[in-house]
Amino acid sequence: MRVGILALQGDVREHARILVKLGAEPIKVKSQEDLTDIDALIIPGGESTTIGILIKKYNLDKAIREKHKRGMPIYGTCAGAIVLAKDIIKSKQPLLGLADISIKRNDYGRQIDSFETELSIKDIGRFNGVFIRAPTIKRFYNGVEILSEFRNNPVMIKQHNLLITTFHPELTDDTRIHEYFLNMAQEYKQVRDMQRDIEKNPYL
Amino acid sequence: MDTNGSTGTFRLKKGLAEMLKGGVIIDIISAEQAKIAEGAGAVAVMALERVPVDIRKAGGVARMADPKKIKEIMKAVTIPVMAKARIGHFAEAQILQALGVDYVDESEVLTPAGENHIDKHAFKIPFVCGARNLGEALRRINEGAAMIRTKGEAGTGNIIEAVKHINLINEEIKQLKNISGRNLKKHADKMKVPFELVEQIRNMQRLPVVNFAAGGVATPADAALMMLLGCDGIFVGSGIFKSQNPEKTAKAIVEATTNYDKPEIVAKVSQGLGEAMKGLEIEKLELKMQERGH
Repeated sequence: MRVGILALQGDVREHARILVKLGAEPIKVKSQEDLTDIDALIIPGGESTTIGILIKKYNLDKAIREKHKRGMPIYGTCAGAIVLAKDIIKSKQPLLGLADISIKRNDYGRQIDSFETELSIKDIGRFNGVFIRAPTIKRFYNGVEILSEFRNNPVMIKQHNLLITTFHPELTDDTRIHEYFLNMAQEYKQVRDMQRDIEKNPYL
Repeated sequence: MDTNGSTGTFRLKKGLAEMLKGGVIIDIISAEQAKIAEGAGAVAVMALERVPVDIRKAGGVARMADPKKIKEIMKAVTIPVMAKARIGHFAEAQILQALGVDYVDESEVLTPAGENHIDKHAFKIPFVCGARNLGEALRRINEGAAMIRTKGEAGTGNIIEAVKHINLINEEIKQLKNISGRNLKKHADKMKVPFELVEQIRNMQRLPVVNFAAGGVATPADAALMMLLGCDGIFVGSGIFKSQNPEKTAKAIVEATTNYDKPEIVAKVSQGLGEAMKGLEIEKLELKMQERGH
C-alpha cells in the first residue's frame, strides 16, 4: 500500500516510521504529480499556517479536494486537522475545508500547557494522547462520528473517508490508529483496483 | 485551562521541535516584523532586541529581550515564539518561562553569564542550543536540550561555519560505528557524556533530537545547502530583515527549505530578490560568537 505524506513541512519522518513498521510504503508528497499513484494521504503535524500557505502556492488544494471527492482516505494530525477543517475560529489562513468541523487553534494554551493524557478511543481502547499546542474541535456538523473525547471536546473524529486527531499518535510507538487508517485505505484500494480492472476489461 | 494530564515531559519538548521540521524560524525585533514572518510562512519567530549583525555593531553586553516586547510579539502571531537567554543565565530563562515563551534559545549570540550551561531538565518549556561538534551537541542534550542547531557564525551572512559544524557532527556520528565497546566508553568520557547516550547515537546514526541550521544563512541557496547537508530546518537571523526586500526574501527561503531537493524551484524563488545582507569574512571578525559555551 502506497501512503502519501504531505511533506511541505512538519513531522513527516515520524509518520513514515510508523507506516514502515506496518508494512506500508510512505510517499513524500510535495507536488500534484506526487498525488497520482497513492492509496491514502496523511497531513502531518507542523505549523498549519505554513502548510496552508504552501498547499495553496503549489495548487495542491484543488488536487487534494479532487482526491477526497473520489473517496481517497485522508488522515490529519494536529496541524493536519486544522488544514482539513471547514473553518478556523478567528482566523483566515488558507484551508482545505473538507471536514465539517469548526476548529480553534492553540486552545489549550501555549507550549507550557502542552500535555500527555490517557484517552479512550472507540474500537481501539486506551491510548496515550500527545497534545502539542493542540487545537480543539469546537463544533461539528453532518455525518461526523466522534471516536474519542477529552474534556467534552472531540479529539478524534471520522467523517466518511476523513480521519482526524488533534493529538500526535506518530510521536508514540503505538501503531493502532495508523492501522485503523490503513484499513480505511485498504477498502478504498480494493474499490479502486476493481474499477481499474473494469476499465481495462469491460467484459469482466 | 486545567488539562488533567502531564505537562513538560521530554516527549512534549522534543515533539514541538519535530513539528518545526522542514520549516524556517526567523529572527524579529517587533510585532510588525513577526507578522511579516508569519505571513511569509515561517514556522516560528525568535524575539530579539537586536538581530545578531546589530549586536556585533553595538558591542557591549547583549542580554535577553525586554519582556514587554516579547509579550507584544506573542500577542501578534499564532505561531510559536522563541526567545534567547544568555548561556548559563537560568534567571533569564525562568523569566521567559513565566512569560509563556514556547522555546528558549540558550544562545552564544548573547553575552554568556557563566561557565556552565542551564540545567534544562528543571524547566517545563523546551530549549534549543547551538553546537559545533558532537561533544557539544551531546553535552547540551544531556543537560536537557530538546533541539540542537549549528552555531555557525551569527550576524555574518557567511555560511562557511554552519557548513563546517553540520559536516563535523555528521562525520563524528558516522565514525562512532568504527569504535568498539571499551573505546566507546573512553570516547563518551572524553566528551563528558553518559555511555548510554553515545551508544544510542551510534545505533541510531543520528542525534536523538532535531538539528537545525543556524548562523550565517542569508539566501535561499544557503537554506537549500544546509538542508542538503542533512539539517532538519533553518534559523535565519539577520538574513531576512537586513536584506533589501525582507518579505520576498522570507518567502523565498521558506520555499527553498521545503524544496531544497528541487534546484529549479530554488532557482525560481532566488530571482530578483535584490541585495542580500552584506556579509562578513570570518578571519576579519573581532568576536567569534561560536567560541562561547563548550
